Parts: sequence; structure tokens; C-alpha cells
Amino acid sequence: MAHQLIGYAVFLPLLGFLINGLVGRKLRSENLVGIIGSATVGIGFVIACVIFFEMMGSGVEERVHIVHLFSWISAGSLNVSFAYQVDQLSVLMMLIVTGVGFLIHVYSIGYMHGDPGFWRFFAYMNLFIFAMLNLVLADNFLLLFLGWEGVGLCSYLLIGFWYDRKFEKGTTGDAAKKAFIVNRIGDFGFLIGMFLIFVTFGTLNFQGVFAQAGTMSVGSPVIFWMTLALFVGATGKSAQIPLFVWLPDAMAGPTPVSALIHAATMVTAGVYMVARCSLLYALAPATMEIVAIIGAATALLAATIGLVQNDIKKVLAYSTVSQLGYMFLALGVGAFAAGLFHLMTHAFFKALLFLGSGSVIHAMHGEQDIQKMGGLKKYLPITYWTFFIAMIAIAGIFPFSGFFSKDEILWKVFSNGTWGLWLVGLVGAALTAFYMSRLTVLTFDGEKRWGSDKHPHESPKTMTVPLIILALLSVVGGFVGVPASLGGGNAIDHWLEPVFERANLVMALPGHGMETIEYVLMALSVGVGVGGILLARLWYLKKQEVPQQLSTKVPGLYKLLWNKYYVDEAYDAAVVTPIQKSSETLLWRIVDVGMIDGLVNGLAKFFGGVSKVIRMGQTGVAQNYVFVFLLGVVVILGWLIAH
Amino acid sequence: MPVSLASYLALSAILFTIGVAGVLTRRNAIVVFMCIELMLNSVNLTLIAFSSFMGDITGQVLVFFVMAVAAAEAAVGLAIVISLFRNKQTVNIDEINILKW
Repeated sequence: MAHQLIGYAVFLPLLGFLINGLVGRKLRSENLVGIIGSATVGIGFVIACVIFFEMMGSGVEERVHIVHLFSWISAGSLNVSFAYQVDQLSVLMMLIVTGVGFLIHVYSIGYMHGDPGFWRFFAYMNLFIFAMLNLVLADNFLLLFLGWEGVGLCSYLLIGFWYDRKFEKGTTGDAAKKAFIVNRIGDFGFLIGMFLIFVTFGTLNFQGVFAQAGTMSVGSPVIFWMTLALFVGATGKSAQIPLFVWLPDAMAGPTPVSALIHAATMVTAGVYMVARCSLLYALAPATMEIVAIIGAATALLAATIGLVQNDIKKVLAYSTVSQLGYMFLALGVGAFAAGLFHLMTHAFFKALLFLGSGSVIHAMHGEQDIQKMGGLKKYLPITYWTFFIAMIAIAGIFPFSGFFSKDEILWKVFSNGTWGLWLVGLVGAALTAFYMSRLTVLTFDGEKRWGSDKHPHESPKTMTVPLIILALLSVVGGFVGVPASLGGGNAIDHWLEPVFERANLVMALPGHGMETIEYVLMALSVGVGVGGILLARLWYLKKQEVPQQLSTKVPGLYKLLWNKYYVDEAYDAAVVTPIQKSSETLLWRIVDVGMIDGLVNGLAKFFGGVSKVIRMGQTGVAQNYVFVFLLGVVVILGWLIAH
Repeated sequence: MPVSLASYLALSAILFTIGVAGVLTRRNAIVVFMCIELMLNSVNLTLIAFSSFMGDITGQVLVFFVMAVAAAEAAVGLAIVISLFRNKQTVNIDEINILKW
């Protein structure tokens, strides 16, 4: 009956948020604030583990529970409850959110040490965990949307956490606003999708919707529009083309935030949502195709940008966008379990990479430019080795976790017959290996390129222990999904099978059967991974002139990548500037000043003029008033007598 | 020969009219004030006349009320006139016209 505890797991972080947010400043103890913040999430993780093991021990049919807490909205035919759907998918997400979240909370105790907003940071982080748990556990679309908006809010608050610091052309507050507004655009799509679902099915409950969706025919237009609108929401939250522009800017926040929210958990919300609605997507093959193409395009686009960036967190940010692209690519070809598998392994190694970069930034007193690093291996051994492991994992080298998940995706894409997308994915994998290796080499290897004013030192235990744990997970995390061709049982695939059963039935995917090709593909992807790593090592350690020559040989391409394909500039020109200009001239000067102010001031002027005439009657001489009064009496008396 | 009701009412009307005319035309606040008293008393006369001729005591009771109120009003009114005079050295009401636009 452990699933009945789910309410505690969700609401404890809210309690932590309230304590830290309301009285955290008065506690005057970083340790106390940190322990409250971490413990509430840690208990959530313990509960998640207990539920998980209880599920393992019970039969497949008895693994889905709905825990109803209280009724939320009841209006007409709309009934929405605070009810949590505990099943294989949500428990997996819950384990990732609370587990990685707990480690990052512990890490933050060390990283945020001495910050005047320490208590505020932990309050926001706890609120984020609360919102994220609502998102992944909700049993209806509206509660999911509550969590969806909640994580967006926390993301905004945490990106702008150091609201007075400069960031690129503005302040971190600008980056926070950008993230929030771009997310709002996506959320609008999500809302439309939700309205369509309610109009079509008359309910927002997952079970109710999916039960009725089963009777719809494949490719019906309403399902297409529904899924497409929901996917627009996913592109916003999960940073896909065309709404990915906010994620690189989100790096303005403290590094643990980048690790937790903008790499491991929140940005995967879109992937989770599409997986949760797998049946709807399976019924809309056209949307699936769009999802796959957007995913592949994002994976390639972000990877190419990552090749030339010099900010350590920027490279990781584009890498995140790219890896999210892989997840959507998997979802788009119907490999929902593979997408979730990659989500999990990515949570491990990307959180590790961000925390490692945080450790480096911490050691370098806030320096983020990898051109001004180098040779840090000696000074930060633990950070270096854990970072190295994560780099190998993300590059997809056997037998690290990234290999299994990425290979699963590529294999599913290939066996689905979408060769072009597979090739894009493979090229993306090679680029990933290259830029991650470049990042590692420039940061940790080679000569030191920093001044004598810096004294790098290894981070405290609260920071290194989470690094080591995440490194272990990055190594072994893939073993839950060893494919059959390598003698594994693909446990995660089987675990999630009941969730995606109906979607898979609709899609009728081709079964396995070309094992030799699978081996060839594996060798190929490991080959490009190793090749990418070695090439970067060669270019950035031994032959440092090669990248220089390349950038001068194809300056156009280099500039294009360096400026991120000018996407931000294009959006500025196409959307931001026209809105600002039209607001200024039309809305402000004409509508606001001319019409609204004119109306208000005109009314006042009119009454002022009329009053000026009427007030002449107020002479101030009492006898005039008496005379008028008398006249009135005479008129009334006359009227009474006449009638 | 007993005086008729009509005579009382006529006298009362004359007094009232004199009072109204005084209030409207005189400039001295004290005189205006006295004219108001005149109006009140003309009404009192009407009430008593009716009371006597109709054999109903209510009219006379009402007169006592009017006289009591008039006394109170006289106290307040004269106090206002005195304080006005202290401030403006005049009791001319057409000079006391600051309560206007």
C-alpha cells in the first residue's frame, strides 16, 4: 500500500518551500536551510523507491494505482481532482526527479555557500520539485498543466536568481523573461490542445481520454490537431525547434539550476508528456512524422552550434537541446520506451556534466570561458574524472549508459525505415562526441591559460560526493536497457511495455529480425563516437593550428555557427522588433495617448466647462438662496392648489 | 364682539409676509434674524388660533415646541453673528459671501 504515501512525496517539498520561503532568512543557518531543502526531496526519493519496489513485487496488472487526494474543480461536466496516477511511467519519472533532484540539492549546499539568497534558492528549488512531481504524477491534463506552469515559473525565478548580474547584452532578468515568454508561447499550444481534448472527449482524465481515444480511427483530423497543439507545448518546454532559443540563455541561472531544471528534469517534461499521450500520438501518424523530423533537425542544429561555442555552460546547453532532439526523434518513430530510456541516462550524465562545470566555475572564481581554462586536471582530479566519465557516456561509448540509450534510439529509427533521420542522428552523435571531447580537452588538458590571480582548488565534499554518485549512475545506468542482441533483457523496455501497449498495437511496429545489421549499426555509432573524441583530442591538444585554419578557411560557416545561425537575431527582427515598434507608435502614441487618454481627459474637460457655467449660480449670498427657496415653495404651493 | 378666525389668519399672513420681505431685503444680519423670528411667531399665532377655534390642545403644545426651538436657535444664531463680527467687523450679509466658487 506504499502508493498511498504518494501525497507525502509531493507535498513535502511544498512544505520545505513554505518553511524556507517564509522563515528561511530568519533561520540564519545555511546548514539548516540546506538540510530542510534536501531532506524534503530525499524523503520523496525514499517514498519513490518504496513504491517502485512494491510495484516490482506485484503483478503487471496490479501496478497501476490512482491515488485520489481531493476534488479540485467541479463545474458542470468538468471534474478535476488532485489525483495522482502511479504507474510504471510516472514512478520512473518520479525516481529521476527526486533522485537527481536530491543529489543536486546536496550539491547546492556547497555551491551556494555564502550567497545572500541561500534560503531563497532552496525555497525555489523545493517549489520546483513540487511542481515537477505534480507534472509527472498527475492523472489528468489540468493537473499536469498546473505542474507544467509551475516548473515554468520556478525556471523563471531561478534563471533570474542573480537578478542584478550582467548577462550578455542585458541582465539575468532578461534571460529569465525570455525563457518565460518563449515558454508561454508553447503553453498556449498546450492549452489549445487541452481545450480540443475536452471538447472532443468531454473529460481531462488520462484514463477517460485514452479509453475513448481507442475508438477513434487512425489519422482523424481532430487527433492530429490535438497532438500537434500539445507538441507545440512540448517544443516550448523541451527546447525544440522553433522554440529552443530560451534554453541557452537559461544558463544565466546558478549552475545547479542548469543541472536540475535545464538539463535533467524540467526540459524533459515535453518528452514525458508525449510519452504519456502515446496513444493519441500513435493515432496521428502525421504528427509523429513532424515530431521525428523536428527532433532530428534540433539534434543536428544544436550539435553544430555546440561545436564552436566557448562558454562551458553554453556548450552543455546546446548539447542538452541536441539530446532532447534525440528523445523526440525516438518518440516520433514510436520508440517511446527508448525515448524515456535516453531521458533517464541523459538525466544522469547531463546533470553530472553541469555539476562538474559548476565545480570548475566554482574553482575558477566564476570564469566560464574555456579559452581561459586548460590544465585543470591536476587541480580538480575528482571533477576531471567524473566529467570525463560523463563525456564518454554522452558520446555513446560502450558500455557507458549513453551507448545503450542512444543506440536504442538509432536502431529503432533505422528499423522503422527512416534512413534519412537515422543518418542525421548518426552525424549528430559524431558531432556530440567531438564537441564534448573538445570541451573536456580545453577545460582540463593542455597548458593552463589562466592568470596567476586564480587559485583553483577541488570543491568541498557536499559537491564532490553527488558528482561521484552521478558518475556511477552514468556508468551503470545503461544496464537496465541492454538490448536482446547483446544478451540483455532490456528491462526498461519491458517495465514500460504496459504503458505503451495500446500505442504499440496501433502503430504495429516491425519486429526485430535483422540482428547483423544491428551489430553493424552499433559498431558504426561507437566508431563515430570514438572517432569524434580522438579527433577533438588531436586537434585541440597536438595540432592546435587545424581548428584555426578551418575557421579561417570557411569563415562564413564558422560565423554562422558562432552566431547560432542568427536565430535570435531573426526572431528579434521578425517578432520582437515589430511588436516593440508597433507598440510604441500605434499602441502607445495613438491608442493609449490619443484615444484612451484623450477620452478620459476629454470627459474631464467637458464636465469642467459645464461646471464653470453652472457654478455662477453659487453666489455665496445667503439671501439669493433664500429667494430661490421661496420661489420653489411658491411653485410647489401653486401646483398643489391648481390640482 | 369676538374676533373671527379669519382676522387672526389675516394678521398672521401679514406678519409672515413682513418677515419674508425682511429676510429677502434687509442687509443687517440682526434684522434678518429678527424677521425670521417674526415668521416663526406668525406661524405660532396661526397654530393658536386654530387650536382655540377647533377646541384642540395639540396646536398649543406644538407652539411650545416652536418657542423652545426658537430660543435655542436664537442662542446659536446670535453666537454666530457675534463671532462673524469679531472676524470681519461687519454684520452685513451681502459682505459675508465667501462660501462660493
